[in-house]
Amino acid sequence: MDNLLVAVAGGDRSAFVELFEHFAPRVKSYLMRLGCDMSAAEEIGQEVMVTVWRRAETFDRRQASASTWMFTIARNKRIDAVRRERRPEFDPTDPAFMPEPEIGGDMAVQAKQETATVVEAIAELPEEQGYLLRMAYYDDKPHSVIAAETGLPLGTVKSRLRLALTKLRKIMKEHE
Amino acid sequence: MATAHKAAASRGGDGLPSHHLDDAFLLDYAAGNTSEAVSLLIATHLALCPECRARAEELEALGGAMLESLAPTAVDHDALSAVLARLDASDEVEPAVLTLPANDEGQVPSIPMPLRGYLKAEPDALAWQPVIRGLEEYELDVGGAKTKLLRIKPGASMPQHTHEGRELTLVLEGSYDDEIGHFGRGDVAILDDDHDHRPIAGPGQDCICLTVIDAPLRLTGRFGRFLNPFVKF
Ligand SMILES: [Zn+2]
Repeated sequence: MDNLLVAVAGGDRSAFVELFEHFAPRVKSYLMRLGCDMSAAEEIGQEVMVTVWRRAETFDRRQASASTWMFTIARNKRIDAVRRERRPEFDPTDPAFMPEPEIGGDMAVQAKQETATVVEAIAELPEEQGYLLRMAYYDDKPHSVIAAETGLPLGTVKSRLRLALTKLRKIMKEHE
Repeated sequence: MATAHKAAASRGGDGLPSHHLDDAFLLDYAAGNTSEAVSLLIATHLALCPECRARAEELEALGGAMLESLAPTAVDHDALSAVLARLDASDEVEPAVLTLPANDEGQVPSIPMPLRGYLKAEPDALAWQPVIRGLEEYELDVGGAKTKLLRIKPGASMPQHTHEGRELTLVLEGSYDDEIGHFGRGDVAILDDDHDHRPIAGPGQDCICLTVIDAPLRLTGRFGRFLNPFVKF
């Protein structure tokens, strides 16, 4: 998929068709999971794919996988189309941007996460932990809403999210 | 501004923040579940904080895996041809990113992107509104929550207050101290109604913070209660 996206950046239409066939149906599912009806998901999904073609040259395979990059495009397009809000993001070319320190253990530049590894790790999470994370990505539920709906204190929800992420990192480390 | 940069550089030598965003906020931001105002504060912290940036990237990779894991839904039979027909259309342009022209050459702007793009001028030239002695504010027009810049004179203290809801604060210039600790450039404080705090700005330079408040504040201090009707928090 990463190779396809690089080819798309170079203007390769047949690569774009392949990319479309893999991602457009998933982007549509993603939008529907987040509350779009069939026709809105279709329309916004097509917008996503047009944007992918236009912005493919900003894809950097060293930083993110194709799936991750596609996810950010779909996420931002939904915020734009459904919430009618902008999505503020940092700009690495800004002179005020603080780059990674040259050295340092935990702060060292992390290798990019391979999507297949993360997919496997999510599947291995205990049921409740996987559910908690899926709620955030698929159900449009920020941690404050999860707390309100489940009746749990905010601190409890936060620590459960933290535990789920710690577990996920642990599983991914074991896969390395 | 040169002053802010100097202050940043003096912080433990690396100029990096020491008070960070927790996983819950980063996860909400990565998943696209934060309001524009909260996203603005988070993204501006990320510009100043490689540590949180690495975690945010990890959570976006989780989003990529979530997308990949979804069962496909069939798209319209003519979807591909409709998209292909639009690929060369030159009349459709991606919206430009908000930006403010760079200031004097060679100076590191004190306000990083994306926040700088939301301001109409450098901090010194903003239409600051006096609130109480030592405190001025500038309200930003951002969706989702009350969003403002605060400018606190060196050494000035704020009225004691608690929060009905959450207040997120990001320090951009100068510093302040409260019951929780010392906050300098890039540091984030997340306060909810459990906290009762009384920040005091550090010496030497104005403290400029971005705050996002999603519910009205209730003042609790002796003077706070008296001031309450006048403070338009
Ligand atoms: Zn941080």
